[in-house]
Amino acid sequence: MTQAFKLAYRNLGRNKSRSLLSALAVGIGMALLLLMVSVLEGEMSGALQNTIRLQSGHLQIRPASYDENKISLKWEDLIADPQRVADQLKTLPQVTVATPRLIASGILTVSDESKGVQILGIDPDSAANAPFREGMLAGEFIQADDHEGILVGNILAEKLDLDVNDKVNLLVTTADGDVNEQLFTIRGKFTTRTPGYDESTIFMPLSKAQAITGTNNHASIIFVMLQDQSQAEDVAAAIQSNDYKVLTWREQNVFITQFEDYANAFFVVLYLIVLGITATVVTNTLVMAVFERTREIGILAAIGMKGRGIMAQFLAEAALIATGGVIAGLIIGGAAVAYFTIYGIYIGDYGVTGVLFEDRIYAHLTLENTITLAIVTYVITLIASLYPATLAARLEPVEALHGAGE
Amino acid sequence: MEQENKMEVTKVSNATRVFRIGEVETKALRGVDLSIKDGEFTALVGPSGSGKTTLLQLIGLLDQPTTGEVFINGKDATRLNRDQRADLRRGTIGFIFQFFALIPTLTAYENVEMPLLLNGKGSAERKARTMEMLDAVGLTDRAHHRPDQLSGGQQQRVAVARALSINPSLVLADEPTANLDTENGRQVMDIMKKLNKDTGVTFVFATHDPRVIGYASRVVTLEDGLIQKDTAS
Repeated sequence: MTQAFKLAYRNLGRNKSRSLLSALAVGIGMALLLLMVSVLEGEMSGALQNTIRLQSGHLQIRPASYDENKISLKWEDLIADPQRVADQLKTLPQVTVATPRLIASGILTVSDESKGVQILGIDPDSAANAPFREGMLAGEFIQADDHEGILVGNILAEKLDLDVNDKVNLLVTTADGDVNEQLFTIRGKFTTRTPGYDESTIFMPLSKAQAITGTNNHASIIFVMLQDQSQAEDVAAAIQSNDYKVLTWREQNVFITQFEDYANAFFVVLYLIVLGITATVVTNTLVMAVFERTREIGILAAIGMKGRGIMAQFLAEAALIATGGVIAGLIIGGAAVAYFTIYGIYIGDYGVTGVLFEDRIYAHLTLENTITLAIVTYVITLIASLYPATLAARLEPVEALHGAGE
Repeated sequence: MEQENKMEVTKVSNATRVFRIGEVETKALRGVDLSIKDGEFTALVGPSGSGKTTLLQLIGLLDQPTTGEVFINGKDATRLNRDQRADLRRGTIGFIFQFFALIPTLTAYENVEMPLLLNGKGSAERKARTMEMLDAVGLTDRAHHRPDQLSGGQQQRVAVARALSINPSLVLADEPTANLDTENGRQVMDIMKKLNKDTGVTFVFATHDPRVIGYASRVVTLEDGLIQKDTAS
């Protein structure tokens, strides 16, 4: 075996450029796969974490009758005395944040322009608002006792040409089905780097949202964050009640996991295309080597090397190309993944209903994916060498010797 | 009488070899009977196309007869499969080709060592035998040179050392001096003859060089795929 690798190494050295290019092709193929896998992983895990952070939380407590799609403000569809419920949840050791939120819809009007918005009544002091506080672009975050101030997403502000301290008219549907209207002052602009969210969301203090919608001391949901998202199912099971629905982040984001499954299936096709091209380069290189070395194959056969020994010779060459290729792939792919992990890829407003994609995808490469792809690349390279190796092994000694042009 | 008592290393019995290229059939051998005994130094002679190389390839189990049989040490090799023929070749037959058939990526030492490796010999035995053979062909000082660093004559001497490294029953040489100048051709033939004399290994070589034919103890003349003459000198 050592002899086979020694001979393989020297044979590859006979045409260094071709051998290096072959290994590079394997390396580039693997680097592409690493990048594709890490971008997909980053996109999906990013979208999931973003949706958890901004919208679903790790858990949501809702009234039994609450329907997310209707944004109902009827009292029977809301949680009464929500702060008490939130305080009870906070006593659980796994719960880091529990805060009531009221979700309503309205129309924001400035001069002759208007736009439908989602109104989120929040407790401004809650740690759950960290993503919004961190994303403040201008102005100040709203205060709990502010009854005239709102925050708007930067894209909404841009579309309606709004700035801090501007006055806007807000039309809101109330709990009893009437319409309420009030003039508000923009206290600040925020960004979540999620275009779909920033274009349609405004914040106001919970108490003000309750007052304007006539939902006194009621909330749509209790937004709960846990120490670890893996605790969600256990905590949900522990706090089940007939009065409320307890939904985990997994139940709320079924679409993302389904979308990930679909994307994975689609990407498998892309992986096969990349690996197919790589395999073709390796096959081509080794077929050329078989034709160039036909006479040597004849000599080895003449002195008694069996077909499988000759086959092992070419497989050893493929193994060396694969080793070089995988190392090159880890270096090139690792560098590309590192770049996109830090700087991301700008995708802009990429909207999919129910999923909050950020405007930038950050690559995320796991050790498991790296090892899997290295093994797959290695095995595919070896499989690609089977044809030339078999071709060499099946050469009749006398024909191979004549191949020398004797 | 002494010749009669020697063991038969190879026997070819009524062998034919027909090559078919498209519709054209070429009869390279038309029914050859030949027996080579232990220790012979036999030349196969004849003009180009007479069937010398084809006969050597049949004896060397590199090819199979269309009809007829080939025996090696009394064993019918015609019925062996590809791997069995490779096994028999590996331990029994050494080859010397016209075109200095060395593996270009291996040194002289490694080329000579290769058949020993294929025969599963241990490291110490390989080293001793390889150096012994390189010494026998006068190339110990070139042991670590690759073929492209050796002259044609030196390469052919390495090929001789490789062919003899496994202590074969039979060494087959196809035009061993055809690509060498007179002096190198003479050196190679001297070495082959000396090894034949010292070790008793059987040599069969194809040639049409009259100077080389002079070394032979037996000359088998082929013409048009048939043995025309078989003379002992």
